[in-house]
Amino acid sequence: MSRPEPDDVELELFIRALQLRHGYDFSQYTRASFKRRVQSFVTAHGFATIGDLTTRVLRDDAFLAPLVAGLSVPVSEMFRNPIVFKALRDEVFPLLASYPHLNIWQAGCAFGEEVYSLAILLQEAGLYERTQIYATDFNDVALARAQEGIFPSRDARAYSENYVAAGGAGSLSDYYHARYEHIKLDERLKRNITFANHNLVADGVFCEPHLILCRNVLIYFTDTLQNHVLGLFRDSLCRGGFLCLGNKETLDFAPAGKDFVAINLRARIFRLAARAG
Amino acid sequence: MNPASPAAVVMGCSAGGLAALRVVLGGLQAQLPAAVVVVCHTGSEDIDTLVGLLARYCALPVEEAGERRRLVGGTVHVAPSGYHLYVEQDRRFSLSVDPKVCFVRPSIDVLFESAAQVFESNLAAVVMTGANDDGALGLRAVRAHGGLAIVQDPAEAMAAVMPATALRVAGADHVCSLAGIAPLINQWCA
Ligand SMILES: C[S@@+](CC[C@H](N)C(=O)[O-])C[C@H]1O[C@@H](n2cnc3c(N)ncnc32)[C@H](O)[C@@H]1O
Repeated sequence: MSRPEPDDVELELFIRALQLRHGYDFSQYTRASFKRRVQSFVTAHGFATIGDLTTRVLRDDAFLAPLVAGLSVPVSEMFRNPIVFKALRDEVFPLLASYPHLNIWQAGCAFGEEVYSLAILLQEAGLYERTQIYATDFNDVALARAQEGIFPSRDARAYSENYVAAGGAGSLSDYYHARYEHIKLDERLKRNITFANHNLVADGVFCEPHLILCRNVLIYFTDTLQNHVLGLFRDSLCRGGFLCLGNKETLDFAPAGKDFVAINLRARIFRLAARAG
Repeated sequence: MNPASPAAVVMGCSAGGLAALRVVLGGLQAQLPAAVVVVCHTGSEDIDTLVGLLARYCALPVEEAGERRRLVGGTVHVAPSGYHLYVEQDRRFSLSVDPKVCFVRPSIDVLFESAAQVFESNLAAVVMTGANDDGALGLRAVRAHGGLAIVQDPAEAMAAVMPATALRVAGADHVCSLAGIAPLINQWCA
């Protein structure tokens, strides 16, 4: 192979600088999409090279939050892939109903689209009152928006259709107020949701959940980091707890995947296997 | 386990793409050593139907490009809808839900640019019929890395914008009719 391109060398140094100076480790993000995001960020913020961006973020701490926000991908939808939410409602909720108290962890919550979806379904299943939901992300800018529960009204129609396809009992508009360009979700949906910063790369086990929803986050991680995060999920989950991943995600490339069994492969819903011995 | 594919052919099309793929995939030889990767914007969520449809006309196995799966020589991998598709340095696929590029996801540019960096001169790229600008920058990246660029003649394309933009932005090694594309690829692989 030929010698590395300047961009690739600069990317390596950028990753190293973020790690040394700020403790953010992106070395185990899948490289092709990460590189494209860094390059878009460089262009959007008027830097000439990745090297210039590195210099800036080394010296200017205030630049870190917007940078992390720019490298994170808070792209989501309410009830994204409705069949998954339908499967949670029909196949997982009935099993969760036997517990007097429930913890649910949604990791990588973006702007909160999925956590509010989950809250609505729990409400309709009569499980909301006994549930504590933790919605986490490593992007503080996204977390602040998630907390607000405000979405563009141009998306309301697609979200409503998803809600119906997910088996929603009423109409999505029962849960929001339309205001000009935006819809604002009912404040009461938030009463049992805690939004918190948790970095899956660096932070430890969390909240003993009965269900973890972590969709379209592992696709950004190398096999090694996927294995680490799946281990974290395994060690956090209650006995017999459930894990729901994104529609294209797979456990096939991480040894820790062996600790889970599929209960609905199409919906990517897994259950923690009983410990051997 | 299958060995990593030594070379790859990437293809992109949009409006009119299904009919175009039928001709091009239909003309590929059964012994093609290269992996083939296709992005076709259909607007449909149903990748299984698309794969089934294409398989009918193609002598090579056709399958969805699976997250972290290897590119396999002699196999046609089709990008799933709703995700960008990338080729990583270890010649495996990865997916993302990053924002749309050229108003589409999967984007042809994203696939082409990542594949160019991995396969360099062992890559052939094909831009066919389509009604948007996607693929042009990708094709430029392919050429910059020494890969081969083939563009469908805009004059005969069902939608001329995509091949015409690709030609304007990137140029091409070959501009030809749909019927001429598969023979070029078969020969390039030989
Ligand atoms: C594409 S979104 C997924 C949103 C939602 N789960 C869905 O599937 O629609 C990925 C999210 O993962 C978050 N993320 C990426 N790396 C992370 C990390 N190391 N720790 C926590 N969250 C992370 C990003 O900030 C982003 O909000």
